[in-house]
Amino acid sequence: MVKRIYIDEDYCVSCGLCQVYCRTEHSEYDDIIKAHKKEDSEPVSGIFKEEEEPSSFAVQCRHCEEAPCIDACITGAMHRDPETGSVVRDEDKCVGCWSCLMVCPLGVVKRDEDEKSVAMKCNLCPDKDTPVCVANCPNEVLELR
Amino acid sequence: METMESYSEKRRSSCGLAGLMNENGERMSGEKIINSISVMQERSSGLGGGFSAYGIYPDYSEQYAFHLIYENKGAKEKTEKYIGKNFDIIKDEAIPTREPKNSVSSPPILWRYFLDTKEGFSKEMAEKDFVMEKVMEINRGVEDAFVISSGKNMGIFKGVGFPRDIGRYYRLSEYEGYTWIAHGRFPTNTSGWWGGAHPFGLLDWSIAHNGEISSYGINRRALLDNGYHCALDTDSEVIAYLFDLLGRKHDLDFDTIADVLAAPFWEEIDREGKEMSLHRAIRITYGSELVNGPFAVIVGKQGKMVGLNDRIKLRPLVVGREGDMLYMASEESGIREVCHNPDRVWAPKAGEPVVGELR
Amino acid sequence: MGEEERSVNQSYLPSEFSVVREDDRCIRCEACVNQCPFDVHEYDAEEDEVKADESKCVSCHRCVTICPTDALTIKENELDFRENAHWSEESIKNIYKQAESGGALLSGMGNDKSMKDYFNHIVLNASQVTNPSIDPLREPMELRTHIGEKPEKLEIEKEGGERKLKTEIPPQLELDIPVMFAAMSFGSISYNAHMSIVKAAKKAGTFYNTGEGGLHEDLYEYGDNTIVQVASGRFGVHKEYLDAGKAVEIKIGQGAKPGIGGHLPGEKVSEEISETRMIPEGTDALSPAPHHDIYSIEDLRQLIYALKEATEYEKPVGVKIAAVHNSAPIATGIVRAGADYVVIDGIRGGTGAAPTAIRDNVGIPTPLATAVVDQRLREEGIRNEASLVVSGGIRSSADSIKAIALGADSVYIGTAALVALGCRLCQQCHTGKCPWGIATQDPNLTKRLNPKVGEKRISNLLRAWKLEFEEMLGGLGVNAIESLRGNREQLRGVGLNEVDLDTLGIKPAGEAW
Repeated sequence: MVKRIYIDEDYCVSCGLCQVYCRTEHSEYDDIIKAHKKEDSEPVSGIFKEEEEPSSFAVQCRHCEEAPCIDACITGAMHRDPETGSVVRDEDKCVGCWSCLMVCPLGVVKRDEDEKSVAMKCNLCPDKDTPVCVANCPNEVLELR
Repeated sequence: METMESYSEKRRSSCGLAGLMNENGERMSGEKIINSISVMQERSSGLGGGFSAYGIYPDYSEQYAFHLIYENKGAKEKTEKYIGKNFDIIKDEAIPTREPKNSVSSPPILWRYFLDTKEGFSKEMAEKDFVMEKVMEINRGVEDAFVISSGKNMGIFKGVGFPRDIGRYYRLSEYEGYTWIAHGRFPTNTSGWWGGAHPFGLLDWSIAHNGEISSYGINRRALLDNGYHCALDTDSEVIAYLFDLLGRKHDLDFDTIADVLAAPFWEEIDREGKEMSLHRAIRITYGSELVNGPFAVIVGKQGKMVGLNDRIKLRPLVVGREGDMLYMASEESGIREVCHNPDRVWAPKAGEPVVGELR
Repeated sequence: MGEEERSVNQSYLPSEFSVVREDDRCIRCEACVNQCPFDVHEYDAEEDEVKADESKCVSCHRCVTICPTDALTIKENELDFRENAHWSEESIKNIYKQAESGGALLSGMGNDKSMKDYFNHIVLNASQVTNPSIDPLREPMELRTHIGEKPEKLEIEKEGGERKLKTEIPPQLELDIPVMFAAMSFGSISYNAHMSIVKAAKKAGTFYNTGEGGLHEDLYEYGDNTIVQVASGRFGVHKEYLDAGKAVEIKIGQGAKPGIGGHLPGEKVSEEISETRMIPEGTDALSPAPHHDIYSIEDLRQLIYALKEATEYEKPVGVKIAAVHNSAPIATGIVRAGADYVVIDGIRGGTGAAPTAIRDNVGIPTPLATAVVDQRLREEGIRNEASLVVSGGIRSSADSIKAIALGADSVYIGTAALVALGCRLCQQCHTGKCPWGIATQDPNLTKRLNPKVGEKRISNLLRAWKLEFEEMLGGLGVNAIESLRGNREQLRGVGLNEVDLDTLGIKPAGEAW
């Protein structure tokens, strides 16, 4: 079973903290303040808040079973991890053509400005026990399963 | 100067209890009980010792035998006036004693009265309530006078001193009773004083108690709600009154009384099932009468002797049987001292009463 | 004067609080902006700065809590008034508020004024040497409590050598812990708050009280842990409602506003509230001061028995009053009228909305009321006929134990449960803008209280208190709560005068047996 992050949208409070922590995790700095304020740091989040009062929820890569981004990728940088079944990006192979960004139906693939190469997208925080958005949601509405 | 004796007095354990009963009703002298309690002398501090005996006044078995202690003559006069107003005094005399020796010193005036109530009471309950009321009135109302026992054909003999010396002082070897209960005290709560020794008595109840009641505050209030005034500032008074309330007024048998005082745990009760069982009802109804805190008691009554421990058995009590005899003591040594070959010796479980009864 | 005529152009009220933002730490994430229901924070895109309109800040701390970099703190506005021991800052501001609105001042939560805190002056005993303390980690420690009328004695007969119980025991509520959740209406608090509380109550083996707002249909399945309240407005009272709970409670008064009825501002009467309470949406729900069918004690008796009849005598019926001067005789009357339990709510009791003047000045402290009611019922010889539940400012396991030692069978906690859910006592409940999603019906805000999290937090609170109860009981040398109930001998007063000690029925610290 491919693991995905699910949200209980009844209780998303629209605080946007998931975005803050995701950015920090994907920046070159560990510290939230440095990650957001250093001139040379422009972190991009892999999770995005959507709101229409009173509802709100956060969305990220769904690791689609039939992933348009994988099909569109010209170098094979965007591929499926054979073990976990997640859609992952090989940084070294990516040439920044932005095809994946254009075909993603959810718009969760973004440009990584610094590298001038693409596809900052949710990678389920492989280095952590729990993805940082899940661990830090103040209302415990995100779950990895 | 510290002597070996005073030094040994400082090495303490706790109070000591002993009881023996001949279930066939054969009367014995007080010698036996004195020996039983004396072997456990280390359990006392010499500040309190006492005995209760049943069947000792066969010639006056229908009268209430009041044992009084007076600190002075004035208290005696006042009390006798009061007694005379409420009862017919069939006989009264000094309680026979020997010269005070060893740990016994400065005894108060000790007197006994054999009394009939003046009017006839239609119900026995009413007569006993009346007698109890008068006893409490003397204890609360007359300074320096205390009724230490008020039952029929029984008496309590107690004071400040080691039990062996007290037993000797009161000439207990000259009495014959079918039940004897003894206590050696190591007081914690009140200063050594003749009225504070055990056993504590009310009507024909006598209670020898080892322990300290943590639930005293609520037991005492619950008793007050039922008309019992605790005048003597001791835990044992509370236990005596509880036995009277539950046993005499509410007419509960000893198994039920044990279930109230040393209640089984909810875990156990739940295992019996979820409906309103007897044990569940007892805990719901008699919560204020649960006695929390460590205790071992030996309770005497006309024709009965009961031994009981608290619900988690924090004080020792050992029981033995030999033929018609039932023995109880804080330690096995207390039993074996007077019964070398018991048929059976065992330690009763927490909350399980052991009842001796005249056939 | 109409509302327009009453309003003034210029308010003289200074800001209550200052919002202190450390700019170095602010990452402009705007979490504070979107979380503040009082519109204090705003992002200025031109300056790339987050600014605060401090006049609106109520010190709810939502922004402080949510800020991921701890950039915020709230301080009391350091505006110095000329010192005046009599005319305090608050008394001046209150008059400004009244001069600018012509309305009674309203507050949420309970009396916050300085008053002798009797619980803080009472200490507990511990057993040493002569009487062993009991180790709660190794021995059973029994907290189970029964609420309801108890028989005076038991009739037992021997049938074939077995003891058979003859007495019928009246209906009881069985609690695994002597703490229940106080009445807080659906309306004053949100659906999610009710859900959190009732689930925690079920887990802990205790009860929650619907309050006077009726019972939402989703909560009927938790009926075994519910006490349904019948208050003067009779909101949501119908046959199924009475059948749903395990006990029925008549609310005569509450500690936050003795003598007046409940008040739910129209802002909080949403569609769901309107359905549950059976009143029009958006209207103020004002419960009448007295029950209009209870003008005397005999009327109360009639209602008690009407409810017993309606529930076939299968449930305890209780009566809740505010703690006032005559609590003792009133409680006696209530017990003689047939109530199976009496609730006394003291002056620190909380509310969703009450006139501040009444909240702070009417009623008496919970510990005093507890002591005198318990004592009076004993003197009248009727203490066994009803259980005593007390509430109003119970903050901790220690407060609860002290209340029980003074004579209560159980406590009700209201504010404490809400604090467990995140409440900061900003006292703005009456505005319907509770930033924690507790005291509001605004869906933008109620979603902030996730019942999954809420239930966890309240369950944790009860679990912590249970452990603390066990430690305190064990320390006293007691292994069953009934041995501490009413056992004032285990309490002592510190810094109390003779009258206080006498009223509470406890000795001064230093005095032994």
